[in-house]
Amino acid sequence: MNKSSRQGHRRLADGGDEVAVSNETSELKAGTGAAQAASGAKLSALFAGTMGPLIGLALLCLALTLTTDTFLTFRNILNVLDQVTVLGIMAIGMTLVILIGGIDLSVGSVLALASMVMGFVAHPDYLNLGMPAGIAAALVVAGLCGLVSGLLVTVTKLPPFIATLAMMSVARGLANMITDGSQIVGFPDWFTNLSIIRHLGFLSVTVGLMIVLAIVFAVFLNYRATGRSLYAIGGSAEVARLSGIPVKPLTNWVYATCGVLAGLAGIVLAARLDSVQPSSGLGYELDTIAAVVIGGASLSGGIGSIGGTAIGVLIIGVLRNGLNLLGVSPFVQQVVIGVVIALAVATDTWRRRRQ
Amino acid sequence: MSPDLRPSESPHDGLFVNGLCKSYGPVQVLADASFEVRPGEVVALLGENGAGKSTVSNIIAGSIKPDAGSITWRGRPYSPANPAAAIEAGVGMIHQELKLLPDLSVAENVYVGRLPMRGGRIDRAAMNAKASAQLKRLGLDVSPERKVRTLRVAAQQQVEIAKALTLNAELLILDEPTAALGGEETELLFRQIRKLKAEGMSFIYISHRLDEIAQIADRVVVMRDGRIVARHERADIPVRTVVEQMVGRSVERMFPKLSPPGRETVLEVENLSSPERSFNNVSFAVRSGEILGIAGLIGAGRTELVRAIAGADPISSGAVRVAGQPVHLSGPAAAIRAGVVLVPEDRKEQGVVLEQTIGENLAIGNFDHVAPKGWVFPKAVQRFAEAGISRLGVKGRPSQAVSKLSGGNQQKVIIAKWVSRPPKVFILDEPTRGIDVGARAAIYDVIADLARSGMAVVVVSSDLEEVLGLSHRVLVLSRGRQRGILDRDEASNIAVMELATS
Repeated sequence: MNKSSRQGHRRLADGGDEVAVSNETSELKAGTGAAQAASGAKLSALFAGTMGPLIGLALLCLALTLTTDTFLTFRNILNVLDQVTVLGIMAIGMTLVILIGGIDLSVGSVLALASMVMGFVAHPDYLNLGMPAGIAAALVVAGLCGLVSGLLVTVTKLPPFIATLAMMSVARGLANMITDGSQIVGFPDWFTNLSIIRHLGFLSVTVGLMIVLAIVFAVFLNYRATGRSLYAIGGSAEVARLSGIPVKPLTNWVYATCGVLAGLAGIVLAARLDSVQPSSGLGYELDTIAAVVIGGASLSGGIGSIGGTAIGVLIIGVLRNGLNLLGVSPFVQQVVIGVVIALAVATDTWRRRRQ
Repeated sequence: MSPDLRPSESPHDGLFVNGLCKSYGPVQVLADASFEVRPGEVVALLGENGAGKSTVSNIIAGSIKPDAGSITWRGRPYSPANPAAAIEAGVGMIHQELKLLPDLSVAENVYVGRLPMRGGRIDRAAMNAKASAQLKRLGLDVSPERKVRTLRVAAQQQVEIAKALTLNAELLILDEPTAALGGEETELLFRQIRKLKAEGMSFIYISHRLDEIAQIADRVVVMRDGRIVARHERADIPVRTVVEQMVGRSVERMFPKLSPPGRETVLEVENLSSPERSFNNVSFAVRSGEILGIAGLIGAGRTELVRAIAGADPISSGAVRVAGQPVHLSGPAAAIRAGVVLVPEDRKEQGVVLEQTIGENLAIGNFDHVAPKGWVFPKAVQRFAEAGISRLGVKGRPSQAVSKLSGGNQQKVIIAKWVSRPPKVFILDEPTRGIDVGARAAIYDVIADLARSGMAVVVVSSDLEEVLGLSHRVLVLSRGRQRGILDRDEASNIAVMELATS
């Protein structure tokens, strides 16, 4: 028996455990440590592994509360939530894609295409088929865009980066083709009210939609077999396949879902702006990826959660809002957000390596 | 244990390692290691994973600095600051994972970092000619302009050796050089080692394959727990003795006693062929409780065959029946439903999700058990994992990351994933690759238990001793063709190798 494992045993004994002295004591110790960590995480299963980003968000809020007198007001908090709905809904889909080890660069363009389809189908100047038909058409088109990306990845074996880069260009082009580049303005009041009227004094329909989607997908990822399968695919697609998980159909489904959620984000944006334009959503894919990554997801797949992504979205939202309140120019804001992305991921990498 | 634990005092022009120590924090990985390598000699360095073989080799090759001790090389004190300094002094190391640039040519790989220049440009003609000469010296017929990616692993290894030769290496450390080689390729490597030895080169040879040692080594050094526990002046020592010195206790028996197989046929494979012709017209049957070993050289189509039976790769023709029912081999999921499971060849890439917990790894593939109606209950996963862990004797907890387990325990996790279904056909591809000698016996016991519980078991292995020790019958493949099925009493090293090389 060497010295180190004897010490390991003594520590165990101090903790009240009765473990026979053996070569396995150190392993047992590691096991109980991991078990304790796991039971601690279980308390906040939805935010598992997101302590770092959560602390970051708390510090950010604290700093802004101290430096401005407007940040910590009910009205401003609601503003932040309103401002992050589009980003938040897209980030849910992006979380799924990144979890399986993919990436979707097309979400900004798909958002634009979906909103243009909605305007074209619903607006009196064009097809005038009514809002429900417009919304349905937008979601179908967005889902098809995602499905095509998925098929390019699973059937044509394109790397996700390339497949969705192609879709990014195609969807943007189609969005412009619908009206030859011009915007469509003016939707029914009930539609724009979805993002304006705060029911019960605080909850607009669009913010509510984001929250419900976040909860539904968080539960899905944590407690549904299909959701757990996505983690397996991201961890190792070959292990998942050999374990009988239908990797290709699930991959297609994930990209299609990401497309539908991007389309939904386009509809929310249309409600907020009372107009749709083919140039909207430019660069949103990068904000979305940033939010997911700040939330602790690994771009190589297998690691990430909706809870983490929610925190990532809020960090970006609060940062933008706070910098506005402080009167920082939009150009400087870009610099700050870039620095935050680098810091967040660097801390995370550093922490993981230390473990 | 051999009586002389100190190197001989007689001076020579080779390598003297004297009392090397190395610790990482409180963990001592190398304690007072001393041995010598004479000129023109092959010294085999044996030991389990973590015994300190890599540490001592990396110190000699300049990539790790020792805490204490000294090395004398060619009569002078030698303490390389980095691998470049070691190479400068004529000491090279060929790592297990080859360090080549796959998209560059053979010649570029040989001369990388010191490409011959003329007038500010790379002198390709000179480079190719010089590389060609070195390859010829090794008896290798490969164009120096070929991309390394297109070469087989064996040829890639030769390129590394050629590179070391151009660096005028006089001591070469080979870390598990035959891990990925077939019988013929191993023979070629051995011929080259003997040739270079005759020219005065020395080798430190690290291997898990104990049967090779007698063929190639002149002397043997055995390590355990960072210490040198035995030195043998001859290499033809019994395997049993070496294994006992490596694991530090007497090994009663390597292989479990096999129970006689049952009567009913469980797995039937009929005229199975692959689209790439990696195997052709293979037919065999396995009864319940029977272990069928599949032997053959690398590239004989063993892995391809069992992967196809498990639905992992497509087939072009033939049929597979399980308990009389034809299996539609549309994918792994269909095979698993039919009761055919596979423990794949590459544990870390295909077997486990390393960064996930044991529980997660066991849940994958068992959602029909742990997730009624698709709802995964953490409690159910926990219970399921605990059952698997205790049944297989895995040293770990459900919440522990699989990456923290030893190879043997990882392999048990993969077996535990399938064992509770229970499957009808259990296929294991290279079940002990990279697993310590001491831990192998436990895996063999598990495999024998699987058969005893009535499953039909198929074991593929490059380790002939393993196939012979573990199987009721042995099927031999050569270049994709089935050369014969030998019964346990007629299956010997020679009989199998004759078929495998036919």
